[in-house]
Amino acid sequence: MATGLRIKTAAELRTSYLRQEMFPTIFCDGCGIGNVLNYTLWAIDEVGLDLDRTVFVSGIGCSSRLPGYINADGLHTTHGRALAFASGVKAANPDLTVIVFTGDGDGAGIGGNHLLHTIRRNMDITVILVNNFIYGMTGGQSAPTTPDGGFTTTTPYGNIEHPMDVCELAKALGAPYVARWPVVSPVQPVKSIAEGIRKRGFALIEMLTPCPTAYGRYNGLKALEQIWRWYREQTVLIDEWEWIEQFGSPEERERLRGKMKIGIFQDTERETFEDRWAALVARVKL
Amino acid sequence: MKHEIRICGFGGQGVITAAVILGKAAAVHDGLTALQVQSYGPEARGGAARAEVIIADHPIGYPGITLADVLVAMSQEAYSRYHRAVKPGATLIIDPDLVFQRDEARPVVPVRATKIAEELGNTVVANIVMLGALTALTGVVSPEALLAATLESVPARFRELNRRALEAGMQAASG
Amino acid sequence: MSTHRELIRRALGPRVQFVQGDDACAYGAVLAGCTFFAGYPITPATEVAERMAEILPRIGGCYIQMEDEIASMGALIGASWTGAKVMTSTSGPGFSLMQENLGYAIMTETPCVVVNVQRSGPSTGQPTMGAYGDMMQARWGTHGDHEIIMLCPASVQESLELTIVAFNLSERLRTPVLVFIDGELGHMRERLVIPEDHEFELWERPRATDRAGYRPFAPGPDLVPPFAPFGSGFRTFVTGLTHNEEGLPRASSATIHDQLVRRLAAKITNHLDLITRYEEFYADDCEIAIVTYGITARTCRDVVEEARRRGIKAGLLRLISIWPFPEHVVARWAERVRAMLVPEMNLGQIVHPIREAVAGRCPVVLHSRIGGELHTPAELLEALEALQWQPA
Repeated sequence: MATGLRIKTAAELRTSYLRQEMFPTIFCDGCGIGNVLNYTLWAIDEVGLDLDRTVFVSGIGCSSRLPGYINADGLHTTHGRALAFASGVKAANPDLTVIVFTGDGDGAGIGGNHLLHTIRRNMDITVILVNNFIYGMTGGQSAPTTPDGGFTTTTPYGNIEHPMDVCELAKALGAPYVARWPVVSPVQPVKSIAEGIRKRGFALIEMLTPCPTAYGRYNGLKALEQIWRWYREQTVLIDEWEWIEQFGSPEERERLRGKMKIGIFQDTERETFEDRWAALVARVKL
Repeated sequence: MKHEIRICGFGGQGVITAAVILGKAAAVHDGLTALQVQSYGPEARGGAARAEVIIADHPIGYPGITLADVLVAMSQEAYSRYHRAVKPGATLIIDPDLVFQRDEARPVVPVRATKIAEELGNTVVANIVMLGALTALTGVVSPEALLAATLESVPARFRELNRRALEAGMQAASG
Repeated sequence: MSTHRELIRRALGPRVQFVQGDDACAYGAVLAGCTFFAGYPITPATEVAERMAEILPRIGGCYIQMEDEIASMGALIGASWTGAKVMTSTSGPGFSLMQENLGYAIMTETPCVVVNVQRSGPSTGQPTMGAYGDMMQARWGTHGDHEIIMLCPASVQESLELTIVAFNLSERLRTPVLVFIDGELGHMRERLVIPEDHEFELWERPRATDRAGYRPFAPGPDLVPPFAPFGSGFRTFVTGLTHNEEGLPRASSATIHDQLVRRLAAKITNHLDLITRYEEFYADDCEIAIVTYGITARTCRDVVEEARRRGIKAGLLRLISIWPFPEHVVARWAERVRAMLVPEMNLGQIVHPIREAVAGRCPVVLHSRIGGELHTPAELLEALEALQWQPA
């Protein structure tokens, strides 16, 4: 998998793309959101996006702070509503590139309905959903993605709710590009974010991202090395997953329980809202 | 000058359409002041429908009608409910095939709008037959204005039918 | 090739029409230059959205039906930041859902127009019946300290005209403006004369011209910051958090918060000359005044004329802009009259700021009517006659 990646140093990225006056960031030690920002900038660099023509939109939560650090137009909106605002930006000016940062609580919880409908319309928006299994900014409450049995301040006896698989949902809704990667390796996330940006249509890249301060603290995943190892152990590539489901031994299949599928879930083409609207205007304009 | 007209029947008879065409004739084509309001049940068809039109030569304040100058009743329920809410000397127009029981002390003009419309080929223009009759009887709008407002309110392929419905209504009222 | 103004004319159709208040709001928006509408169907406001869905693609604009009113308000704000003039329409339940993002628009100085065709509540209430139940929600519905601008038309013609005014104020002051009608007016048809372009002004939001040293929330001399649309290279960061003049979050600073929120309020209250609108009848010798707004004011006009015929020195103050409340106008009337009658299609909302403005100088009597029917001329005349025995 040649990515053609020319790795810029953090310092280079920082001067090219970030608002110096916004540093230091609000992120805790060991938080993975900084990695997500880093990967996004590499992807932007690879695609060659013009930041004068790119709008970063977010909701509320730790990951939603990201647009503030990027030296571009940014819209840091209300909790859960990033996709609604982003749809307005994109529908009103389809020439702009729109990238959304959202979290699992923001994007799949309070904003879940907007996720469904933005995918249904197939708005040409790239969504980077940072999934840390928890509401981090408010101190660690359970989220729609909190794993079965996971401990949070509002599931002190373990989570009894079934977690949501955002990628399977997006895939079922027909999103043209859907991928999930843990932050522990840069290559695939950077490639997927770049592919998502290039994709004409809705693209969802879910990033499994550690939160040592909240989820880590309550679930025995505090030390950085331990966390990163956990992400490697708990994730299984889609191909491998499917092979095990089909041909694996009962023991191998049992080992899939509680693990997370990673990889590219979907990569197809579908007409976008913007293209269809433009065609409609061409048809009925006076 | 102020005419207060109430047109009522059941949903699907085109009661509101008739009121809109009448108001449009007055406001757009006769250069008068006109106002139209309506009320109807939540059903798309059936249920009671009522529309009111006020036509005046001065600005209209209160946008409602207490006692009408003209009542068009296209159902028994409509007649029973509104025949008393009229001014002395008011014109009451009914479809006698739909209003069976009435107060014999109050004179009415019977216009067999539904039957006439059926003879013209489509009962949907019963409302337009009524408008023709109403205009002939009361002169609240000019026949030219009514014709113009009607023709611009219906699809092209129904214009001839509607024109004939207006004429038939006018004839029925004068006959 | 037609100009955009010519396209608008052709899309709107004949100059004289017989249409509903909802239609007139849509026409006013299009005349004002609105090119983006996001909304969600709700009785009795749906016709506004229907007209926009018909017209906008024909003039090269964009209509998008969102999944709910929260999303509608969000999309509206996003679109406004691309530089478009934007509008949504709704009724009570939808307006409730819009409150959080309405506050966001205030905080981020995003021009947008929100039409509320009011129906009764609480909750689902009477969907097809008119009411004025959201007058106070409009003022205080979104959380936090703020000012809001609200206009209340009383006729179909005025629905068009005040929607244009709403856009002008919203653009000029970079703040949401509310056009509040009700189900009765929304569905009432009247003669509408579509004004020619030379018959009204169009105001645009102040534009930033120089990228060097641009601070997106640094106010101009009238407290309104110049605007740079997304994609123009000014690289603006917009946040609902308390922010400095660069637009960057400063949520813990008492000073910055104080300055920001006071400026957002002052940029509206300093421009009452642009905003305040009212109509007076028999102001000179009025003894018993009716103070009202919206569709009820039409009936009151008839009532005052009838009262005059009966020898009562009645008068009418029709408030057209409700928020910011025209306190000085009501106070001036309170100096002269013996009593005020306030008919409202709710349990009494605007009667409260009226009482505050009157400050005990005369009795203020609420005449409340709910249930979806308008006040009748007869009941208001009776109420007016009862008031004439108020001691001078």
